[in-house]
Formats: sequence, C-alpha cells, structure tokens
Amino acid sequence: MAITDDVLVVGGGIAACTAALSAAETGARVRLLAHKKSTLRQASGLVDVLGYIGDDGPFSDPFGALDSLPEDHPYHVVGEDGIRDGLRIFDEAVGDAYQGGHTDTNALVTTYGGTVKPTARYPASVAPGLTSSAEDTLLVGFEGLTDFDAPVAADHLTAAGVPFDVQGVTVRLPKSFRSDAKVTRFAKALDRDEEVSGGTVRSVLADTVAAEMDGETRVGFPAMLGDDHDEAVRDELADRLGVPVFEVPTGPPSLLGLKLEDMLFDALDDAGVRISSGNPAVDFEANDGRIETVLVDQKSRLTPYEADQIVLATGGLVGKGLDSDREHVSEPVFGCHVPHPEDRYEWSDPEAFGNHAFARFGVVPDDELRPTDEDGEPHFENLRAAGGVVGGADVAREKSASGVSLATGAVAGRLAGEEATQ
Amino acid sequence: MNKSPSVLVIGGGSTGTGIARDLAMRGLDVTLVEKGNLTHGTTGRMHGLLHSGGRYAVSDQPSAKECIVENRVLRRIAGHCVEMTGGLFVQRPEDSDEYFEKKLKGCRECGIPAEVLSAEEAREVEPYLAKDIKRAIKVPDGAIDPFRLCVANAASAVEHGARIETHSEVTDVLVEDGEVVGVEVTHQTGSGPYVHGEPGTVEEIYADYVVNATGAWAGQVGDLAGVDVEVRPSKGVMTIMNTRQVDTVVNRCRPKGDADIIVPHETTCILGTTDEEVEDPEDYPEEGWEVDLMIDTLSELVPMLKEARTIRSFWGVRPLYEPPGTGTEDPTDITREFFLLDHESRDDLPGMTSIVGGKLTTYRMMAEKISDHVCEKLGVDAECRTADVPLPGSEDFSVLRDYMDDFNLRSPIGRRSVQRLGSRADEVLGGTNPNPVVCECEAVTRAEIQDSLETAGTDLNSVRIQTRASMGNCQGAICCHRMANELAPEYDEETVRASLDDLYQERWKGERHAMWGEQLSQTALKHMLHVTTMNRDEDPATVDKDIDFAAFDDGSSEGGDASGAASDSAVADGGRRRPDDEHTGGADGDN
Repeated sequence: MAITDDVLVVGGGIAACTAALSAAETGARVRLLAHKKSTLRQASGLVDVLGYIGDDGPFSDPFGALDSLPEDHPYHVVGEDGIRDGLRIFDEAVGDAYQGGHTDTNALVTTYGGTVKPTARYPASVAPGLTSSAEDTLLVGFEGLTDFDAPVAADHLTAAGVPFDVQGVTVRLPKSFRSDAKVTRFAKALDRDEEVSGGTVRSVLADTVAAEMDGETRVGFPAMLGDDHDEAVRDELADRLGVPVFEVPTGPPSLLGLKLEDMLFDALDDAGVRISSGNPAVDFEANDGRIETVLVDQKSRLTPYEADQIVLATGGLVGKGLDSDREHVSEPVFGCHVPHPEDRYEWSDPEAFGNHAFARFGVVPDDELRPTDEDGEPHFENLRAAGGVVGGADVAREKSASGVSLATGAVAGRLAGEEATQ
Repeated sequence: MNKSPSVLVIGGGSTGTGIARDLAMRGLDVTLVEKGNLTHGTTGRMHGLLHSGGRYAVSDQPSAKECIVENRVLRRIAGHCVEMTGGLFVQRPEDSDEYFEKKLKGCRECGIPAEVLSAEEAREVEPYLAKDIKRAIKVPDGAIDPFRLCVANAASAVEHGARIETHSEVTDVLVEDGEVVGVEVTHQTGSGPYVHGEPGTVEEIYADYVVNATGAWAGQVGDLAGVDVEVRPSKGVMTIMNTRQVDTVVNRCRPKGDADIIVPHETTCILGTTDEEVEDPEDYPEEGWEVDLMIDTLSELVPMLKEARTIRSFWGVRPLYEPPGTGTEDPTDITREFFLLDHESRDDLPGMTSIVGGKLTTYRMMAEKISDHVCEKLGVDAECRTADVPLPGSEDFSVLRDYMDDFNLRSPIGRRSVQRLGSRADEVLGGTNPNPVVCECEAVTRAEIQDSLETAGTDLNSVRIQTRASMGNCQGAICCHRMANELAPEYDEETVRASLDDLYQERWKGERHAMWGEQLSQTALKHMLHVTTMNRDEDPATVDKDIDFAAFDDGSSEGGDASGAASDSAVADGGRRRPDDEHTGGADGDN
C-alpha cells in the first residue's frame, strides 16, 4: 500500500519547509520527503529578500525595487503579497531567534569576508553587529581559524565606509585543537565551558578579549559562539566584557545555517507535517496529466508515495535539484523542462562575478508556479515548484535566495493545500 | 680577486631554472629573469609525465634513450617531485599488432625495461581499463610535479648565490658593438617578490653571457635581439579529473594521435592531449571540443571517464623547433629533440645562445649541455654536478617516517605535507603553531603557505603552484580567501583583497572548461559562497558606490530610513516605490 497524503513536498531546504508549513496552514495533510542534509549548512543563515538588480543597489527597501526585476523573475509570479506571506511564515516559525521583522528596510550585515551585505532577516546573535548602528566595534578572530581574519575584516569594513571605528584582533583560543578541527569543535568547547588553565573556556576568552578592548562598545566573533547553549555563551561573554557581543555569519559548516534548519524542522513538527527523510525521490507515476505517486529509492527498493498535490522543492544546482551533463541541464525527478543555451560555454561568463546563465537555470513556472514544458503548458496539473529549482532569478547576485525560497514556498504550498482540501 | 663571470638566464621554466642551478653550482654569477611566475610558460602547463622513453621508442629513438637515462637521474635527485607510478601502453582490439611489436622492440633497443602483460594482468594493475583491451606493455613511466621541480631548482640556484627575479619581463636585449651585453628588464612591481600595488621599475642587467631559455617565447626574445628563432608553438589541452581513476600512467599503444595518455598526478588524473600549431603562444583559442575529445577518446581505454567529473582544463604550448627549411607540415611530426642555437656562429651575434625544443623529462640534460657551452664560451673549467647532487627537498630519504606526532598533524595531512616537502618537512612544519589546515582538498597547512610566501610575495598563484592549495576539487571555493588571509599582517587589507581577486579569477578561467554535472554544482556553490554569503561581487570597498548606511535597518524599532535610501542609492534603477513607508512588521522582531 502506498503512503497517502494530501500534499507531498519533495525537498528538505528552506523552500520545502516553507511550502510544507504553508500547505499545513490550509488544513491539508502534508508530508515532507527530504533526501539528505539541506544546503543550509553551507548558507550563512541570513534571510535575504532583494539587495541588488544588475548594477543597482544595495536597496534599503527590497519591496520598492520589485518592479525593476526582469519579467521572468519568480517574484513577479508570487507578487509582493507572496513575499510577505513567505516572511510571515518564516517569522512565525523562528520566533525571536531572528530579527528584522519590525521593518521592511534591509539591514547591512558584516560578512566574514569583511564586506557588508543587505538582508531582510538576521539571527538574534547577529543583530547587535548591524553596520547601520554607529557603535565602535572590536572584531575578534582566532589564530587557528583561517576563514576569518579579524584585522583584515576590520580594515575591509573601514574601506567599505562603515559609520563607526572598527578594530580587529586575533587571539589564541583558550584551548588547542588539532590542525583540522572544525568550528563545531570550538562551539562545543564554549557550550560546555570546558576547563582550561586559568579558568574555563568562556572566562579565559573574555579575559583575553577584554585586554584588547579600547573603548569599543560591541564585540563581534565569527559565528561559533556555542551550539546548543549559544545564548548562554553570548550572555556570559557580554556580561564579562560589559558590551553587547555579536556573531559574524560564516561559510560552511555554518552553525547559523544548521540552527536555522533545526528551527524549521521543529516548526514542521509543531505544524503536524510528517517527515520522511534519508532517501531520494527518483521517479514517479502519472496518469492523465496528474502525478499519482512519487517513487522513493529506499535501499534499492522503490517505495511509492501517493498525494493529491506535489511540491517540487529539491533545490538548484547546489542542492542537486538540477542536474546537467555536457549538453543538457535537466530536472531529474520529474523531467521538467529547463531552458539553457545550447553551447555550454554560454552557461557561464568569463568574468568570475559576471552575469552567469547558470545562476538563473531552473524550471519555468506558470502563474500557479507549475513547471511548464517547452510550449509553456504545465507538465502536470498537480505539480508546483518552489525555491532553487525555479529558474529566472540570479539569487546570488540579487541577494534574494532565501526570499525566493520563502515566497515561492509559501505560494506553492498554499495553492497545493487549497487544491487538495477543496 | 677575479670576479666570477656573470650569466643572465631568461625564462623560469624547467630549462631556465635547471640552467641557473647548473651554472650557479659551477660557481658562476647567475641571474634568472622570468616574466610571470616560475613555470609560467610551458612547464606549468603540461601533463606531468616523467617519460620512460616508451612514447618515443618507435618514432624518435635518440629522445627515447635520453628519457630513460634522465628518468633514472630524476628519481635520484628529485625524489620528492617524482611518483614512480609505472606506465602501460595499452592495445585495444582495433590497434595494430605490428605497432605493438615495434613498440616492444623499440623499448628494448633503447634500454627501457618493458614487459608484456595480458589483458587480465593489465586489469589487475588497473581495474578500470576497458574489458575488451587486448594486452599492454609495462614501462617505468612516472609522474613528476613540474612546479615543485622548478621551485626546487630555483631554490638550489639561490643557495648557490643566484638571483631569481619573477614577474620581470625582458623588454629589450642590449646589444653593444655587435655583441649581446645584457637585457633591459621591466619588473612588474619592483625587484624581489611580486607585491600587489607596488610600482613597476625598469632595470638594465649586464652580463658576460645571455641564455634565452624561453621555450615557445624564444622567437619573441630573438626579435628583441634582432635574430630569427623559428619556434613553432603547438598547443595541447589537458583535462584534470577530480580523482585518480588510474594509478598508473596509461598510454594508448598506437602510432600517434590526440587524447592518448592519462597521467595520475597527486589527487587527480590528467588527460592529454592535442597537438595543434598556433601563431601566438599567449593568444589561441581554448575550445570545448578539445575537452570533449579527451573524454570521449580516452574513455575507450578507461570507460568510467565518460561519466567522471573533471575539475578544470588547461592548455599549454610546446616549444617545438625545427631547423630552417625542414618544413614539416604536421606538428606531431616535428622532432622532440632540443636545439642549441649559438647566435654567434648562426647569426654573427656573440654573447647569446637560445635553447629550444626538448621536454621536461630531459630538462637537466639540456641544462647541462647549454651550461657546458656557456662555460666553454666564458673559458670556465667546471664540472656539472646536477646529476649527482639532490635537489632541496630530496636530500634525505628518511622522510617516510610518520610525521603525525612530530607536527601534531593527523596522518593523512602529515603524510601529504611530507610528500610535497620531502626532506624540508622538518624545517617547514616545525615552527608554526597553531598550524591549521588552509586547503582541505589538498591538505595544505598554514606552515606550508607561509613557507611559500617567502618567495611568492603577494602572488597567490605562486603559493598555489608551490603548495597545491586551491588546486583540488573545490577549486578554491573554501580556501581562496583563507590563502589571502595568510598574507596579513605582513601586507595590508587592500593587498589581501587584490591578491584574492587575482587568484579567484585565475581559478575561474580553468573551471569554465569543466562546468557541467557535479562540477557545475560545485561551481554554483562556490558562486553562492563568494557572491551570496560574502557579497564579494558588490563589495562596497571595491565597487564605486557610496552606501547611505543610515538608510538601512540599525536594529532599533524605528528601523532605517528607507525613503532616504531610495533617493540616494536605490532609485537609480527607476523602480517604483510604494507611496508611503509604513513598516508592516512581521513577528516580534524588536529588540
């Protein structure tokens, strides 16, 4: 017997979670079919909506710029209401772990490369570091952490014209680790406040940093200040230093991204969404233009999942929701049409930060977010797409990745739920 | 006191650095100038094959004999640059028996150990060989790291008193009274290591003798001196795989042709190659069909290559030469021998000799021949010692001991560091604490990066070729900025940024030839990390825009002043703004 639901969401990232939460709001019985760890572990944990279009930006008001987006941009399909609905679902899911919901205005957050970037929602641990707040800042890096060089980042921020003084200092971690230790190991040591010579990890770190302070009114660290007990770690450091402490989002493995993933899955649990994880959707059965079952590869046995409505949220190239070979770009689960230049050398631009066609690869949605074929007709009447698998947005350069996922997830999930529960 | 005669060597490839070492060891006062990095030209753009000579055993036996001799020499003096993988000449059913027999006979005539393996025996050595291969000849081919080899030669030359100037292009050859007396060099950023942002300088360097060892560029240097050097540059593509599908050099056993060799190299395999004459050694088309040809043809030998992942492709130009009037049509028929062109006897221009042709495996022998020639010209009586004295890094064969405890490195990292550093491991790894891994794909630690910076200045591409950092699967996605960070605090932030941009763009160039499948996904991730997470494409420190910080959310309940921002920075796009600026906040976001 097949497993049967109203709405089946294929994918496990931010778009899939949003689609599932949105569908669940309609009262539908929803299942999330996640293959493996989402790409959130590689993401900063910031939630961007729109920062740039071509050479324009950074936008302080992401909504004001929407009309300038190219015609085939997914934001035009979901509209401003769709974006706002995605943000609402997100804000409700993460609660006060994130900030930025008090305003439409973008924040400029320090990146670990020493630049600033516009974003709509940011973790609470990032909030005290916003660069529009003119507080003099001390950035702290660690000798063994090559990703973030605090003095370089501080000078970079100064070159970026931030409205405050910023200094950087590199300190030795209170505890030594092997050469290939991951940031998670540092975070755990702070979580557990492990004993080290001269005190505990937190107290010795605070003493070391305090000795470097010179009137700064906030102190920033790479985002590794604890994992399970991050708030306690921050509070204790802030308390000992006498100024607010903030985190600078990092690249992979990104603790902020991983924490966001946990929060989203907790929200799915709370919303009663069923979760099947660990195995990929590989095939499907369709009849009369409708998908009837999605087949999941469970250790060489194909298990059918039945649903009235399907949401495809398997991600883009990074999440392997899109596949390619030397001639073609494809969507591997349902075989949806993915337009692309014939010559693979036109998929990318010779300039590393140029206008790459690959950045916009994805399925072409109709006005209900249903992937369409080469003639513009929906492939299946009950299949919708959300997130990175949807084409048309250069989410990297626009700084719109999370926003596109939230908005398309919210709309695809709601339409699927409404359709299924009619 | 007599001053040693001075020699100026042009070209920092294997030949030039080999000559510099040889002459410096003979006590001459040597200066080497190179317009890019060491290995910038052809040396850094080859497949890294240490020839047994088998490839030339039928067509060019003199070259084959030189190869097997030098193969043995390099194993002795450059152990830390060589991996003796062994090699196979594999015959497919459609390949001729007659040629197979000729190859075997030729190897034996040239003194190259050669053993016939049945198809089963060959597949025991290389399990991924095609099921239908007929048989193979086993020869002592190997892999050699051309970067490490050049760097070691240059280091040895410096130890013997030579001066090495990279990023220093010869912009004129100085001729006085009908004799070459030196060169004019334009240092890109002053003499010494390359440093971003430092102004260039021009220097005239006089020498008792000039050696033109610029390979495919020899004609251009010849032009500066007013002599014709008829180099016929021929390009070849090399495609790098993400892993070692084979651990042995695999050659196709047939007369000649494109795409007939797979060389295992460090963590990768390199597929090669093509042979096509080009006009300009620095400006020629690099095209997708050449990459396709490598994959499609070589998968006849190793079928799994068809679906395997490539991480980039690059092209090199061979410095082929043939004496005037030979007129060979097909570049594959041009001899691989090297030629010593004494411009005194040839062009009536004393003071300079060019060396052209040849190949990496015989670089040391070429260097010896030309050094003998230079010494004869200068009346110096000194023996060549380069065949006997090991290169720095290869002096000591106790390097196989386990370095894990010595350097607090996990064993895979320690092992790979020691493989690269050879006998320099103690010196390099000993002093850095903490010593984090900077490049995870290639297991390169901070100590190695810092060591390479001593000669690299701020040129991260030089760091890359010395250490392999950023040359692995992720192509620098995770480590480019880490490498740049290692330049601080010696260099300022602006320099760090400029160095990072150069390295990132250099990596991108080769990655574009591998952008499909898994590697396109990898590329997309790299793009997301550097563009989305770090916002490097819109870095306000680089982009010419003023940001109105006050217009953005500062975290307070008032938020930022979006209307102000729109007039300053956002409205340039002509975008429609909503009439009012009310903040329709979501959940409880206020702090």
